[in-house]
Amino acid sequence: MTPSTAPDVISLRDITKAFPGVVANDHISLDIVSGQVHCLLGENGAGKSTLISILAGMQQPDAGTISINGVPAAITSPKAAVDYGIGVVHQHSTLVPAFTVLENLMLGETGLMMQKKRAAERLDELSELLGAQIDPHALAADLGLGQQQQVEIAKAIWKGSRLLVLDEPTSMLTPQAIENLSESVARVKAQGLAVVFITHKLREAYAMGDCVTVLRGGRNVGHISVEELATYSEQQAQDAILRAMFGDDLKTVGAEDAAELAGATESTREIRSIDLATRPVRLELLGVSSHGHGRDVEVDDVALQVHEGEILGVAGIDGHGQGALAEVVAGQRSASSGTVRFDGKDVTRLGVRGRQQLGLRYVTDDRLHEGTVGSMSVALNLVIKRIGQRPFWRFGQIQNKAVDQEAARLIAEYDIRTPSPATRAGTLSGGNIQKILLARELTHGARLVVVNKPTYGLDLKTVQLVREILIDFASNGGSVLLLSTDLDELVELSHRIEVISRGRIVGSVTNDGPGTAEKVGHYMTGAIEGVQA
Amino acid sequence: MITEHSRARNIVDGLVRSILPVILALIVAGFIMLAMGSNPLDFFAGVWTYGITGGNWQRSLVLMAPLVIVAVGLIVAFRGQLWNLGYNGQYLLGAVVASGVGPYLFAALPAWLATLIIFVGAILVGAVWSLIPAILKARYGTNEIITSLVMSFIAVGIVNLLIKGPFKDPNTPMPQTAVIPDDQLLPYIPGTEIHVGFVIAIVLALVAQFVLSRTSFGLRMDIFGASPKAARHVGINSTWMVILLFALSSGLIAFAGSIDVLGQYTYQRANWDPHYGDAVMPFVFLARLSPLAAIPLVAFYAILATGGTLAAQQAGLNVDFLLVIVGLILIFMTITEYVGERRRLGQSYLPPGLRRTLVRPFDGMRGRKSS
Ligand SMILES: Nc1ncnc2c1ncn2[C@@H]1O[C@H](COP(=O)(O)OP(=O)(O)OP(=O)(O)O)[C@@H](O)[C@H]1O
Ligand SMILES: [Mg+2]
Repeated sequence: MTPSTAPDVISLRDITKAFPGVVANDHISLDIVSGQVHCLLGENGAGKSTLISILAGMQQPDAGTISINGVPAAITSPKAAVDYGIGVVHQHSTLVPAFTVLENLMLGETGLMMQKKRAAERLDELSELLGAQIDPHALAADLGLGQQQQVEIAKAIWKGSRLLVLDEPTSMLTPQAIENLSESVARVKAQGLAVVFITHKLREAYAMGDCVTVLRGGRNVGHISVEELATYSEQQAQDAILRAMFGDDLKTVGAEDAAELAGATESTREIRSIDLATRPVRLELLGVSSHGHGRDVEVDDVALQVHEGEILGVAGIDGHGQGALAEVVAGQRSASSGTVRFDGKDVTRLGVRGRQQLGLRYVTDDRLHEGTVGSMSVALNLVIKRIGQRPFWRFGQIQNKAVDQEAARLIAEYDIRTPSPATRAGTLSGGNIQKILLARELTHGARLVVVNKPTYGLDLKTVQLVREILIDFASNGGSVLLLSTDLDELVELSHRIEVISRGRIVGSVTNDGPGTAEKVGHYMTGAIEGVQA
Repeated sequence: MITEHSRARNIVDGLVRSILPVILALIVAGFIMLAMGSNPLDFFAGVWTYGITGGNWQRSLVLMAPLVIVAVGLIVAFRGQLWNLGYNGQYLLGAVVASGVGPYLFAALPAWLATLIIFVGAILVGAVWSLIPAILKARYGTNEIITSLVMSFIAVGIVNLLIKGPFKDPNTPMPQTAVIPDDQLLPYIPGTEIHVGFVIAIVLALVAQFVLSRTSFGLRMDIFGASPKAARHVGINSTWMVILLFALSSGLIAFAGSIDVLGQYTYQRANWDPHYGDAVMPFVFLARLSPLAAIPLVAFYAILATGGTLAAQQAGLNVDFLLVIVGLILIFMTITEYVGERRRLGQSYLPPGLRRTLVRPFDGMRGRKSS
């Protein structure tokens, strides 16, 4: 595809789409111009993904038109979208779990013969472009979320297209991969393609974007043109975006918090210090190795302690055994050796339900397929970990009144935005699904909660809210085992940070002043592996 | 208000999706009959006459008994996304427990005790037979469709061998089991000629409906069916779940076989296979895997099958024509489902390609006329 003199323009006009109880898109108009990165920002539930799915032919708008260079385009199906040269990386994985990476990538091929060799070459090319290492023969199901995302990107740019849409591509990537991604976005752009880039991180929007559109409540509430953005400093751009994004709400937050929302300030510890020596140990792992059925990294001989009221961070590159660690603590994965003690009691042989009743909870990183059942109501999802227990079940029979009451209570307490408790959980926005998980796990006698990547894909305000919820939980005597790939988050929340690599704990850092991030980084790169800090 | 409105719409939608395919299938079947030179009105009148009028409704209800139980058995497995397609073998195994072991038991024990032992035995045999596909599925993720089908073929073979061998009635040259005398069969509902198996079947369906929709076990099952990952997350033991659901499903279907022999057939011939599961399958899906909703749909089929056998002969059609109707229902169900799904997504009823090919000739015609 060669850059032409007159740039391609894809114009959306008055796009409107309503779902039961919400207007997801409300007369949205915008122009997408080739050779530009168009950033789309907005809170969780603002309607970004809905707009994208209309562009991708997965949904039809109730009203409004799309035209390409002034010619109306009927994007009636995903195939039609591909024919128009629109490639999309969706927010949530669309890979077929039972297929290999290569098979997934070749799904869109129309030729009679599957040209495996050519496909493998193309994958190599794309892997390099993305700065990712992807085993072409691995099953999609066996990849970590981070790697799946990378395969998705490869899939969307598999065929040169007119427009590449990335719906929150960076939320799961390592800083290194984000760097690589922004490079490849630049290259894609240089080839004359238009790029639509959805993100919650203002820094990325400023660094990668040529222009910015902000959505709120389904409306286009602010546009920063190419010319304007070029003249803005990063600070000015952030202010403008935040003002559009949160409107009047922002005034109640205050300037300092606003800057923090934007992630502009350097992260510092926000949690009060506690004297670990006086606190009883709540969770203790002694030489624990895990044993699962998948191909993901297992934990190997891990020892750690979490005290009452403590937030223990676990840092590491995605896919280095965090999932196994979380599961072996939650009881979802069995330990092949070692002991798990909870409040002094050996719980190694206890299953998920036994541990849950003792107050050991788990907020998984796969909120859509593991943490919730999308086809079931919000209310049921809120009690799903207490199936069969009173007062929700009596004599094995569900008590809808009690369930509805509990749901109403949690929805109010955690401010879960849902049209009704009976709404299917899968239709809520990412932030609100995460609130369902937190509400469910932290209620009713929670003593320790394992949280895995608790804030990925959440909007700035919700990220802040989730962190506050965790801090509150800890200051009230709860314990948190926080697994995260976001160093800023770990530094902000943790008392101590363990570093995990290839399933082993390779270092431990007390978070007591500046320099924590560097120390953690050193352990992660293995620079001072084996040397005690 | 919005939710009230959409709930009402959902119910209407569900009804349309369940009934529309049946109506369309009957209409198309009518046209096929016309094309074959038979009168569809005669056929449908025949179905009415031989399936309902006089005492014939009783025969239809007798047929319903095994059909409803098989339907419940299928629902139990399908709800957990386990595709138990070994129903023919499971049914015959249950039947042969009754027809083969029954005569010996009835000779030695009081009838009620023998009946009870036969029922329990049939359920156990069915459940055990499902263990191999279930364990393979749970441990190694082996595709249960293939394994359950293979197990079904083996079961059919074994049943035939048993009927020709140890269970053969020595008093006839035919390969069949001894006839169980009338006074040892299931009693009739007073005042009718419908055996109590019908009552058992309806009660079973109601209990299943309650368990599936109201109890913690039903919810666990649905979670397991919706997402094995989520099931693991909430602490459901998936190995146990697979084995249990398979055993329940298979056990129920075998139970249907034993009830059918003790209630209706009184003996079993080799190479006999009523293929109830095949006939019931589309209705189970039309009922959206709800045992309660399956009852009227199965009743419809029972009438069609009971009346249709004679009616088909009268209209000069092969009895297999009934299976054509069932097949048509399946096809229209798929189409209705597809259209409904498109509409839910706010898309056009017609796929873009089809619409283009449908509309283009008309465009051409218009052009020709104006020129
Ligand atoms: N299929 C659906 N059925 C019902 N409601 C839906 C559906 N899809 C989206 N919604 C609703 O539409 C609104 C917009 O959702 P959308 O996914 O577009 O938000 P988003 O801006 O992408 O949010 P996030 O940042 O969390 O990804 C939300 O309130 C959501 O609950
Ligand atoms: Mg989204």
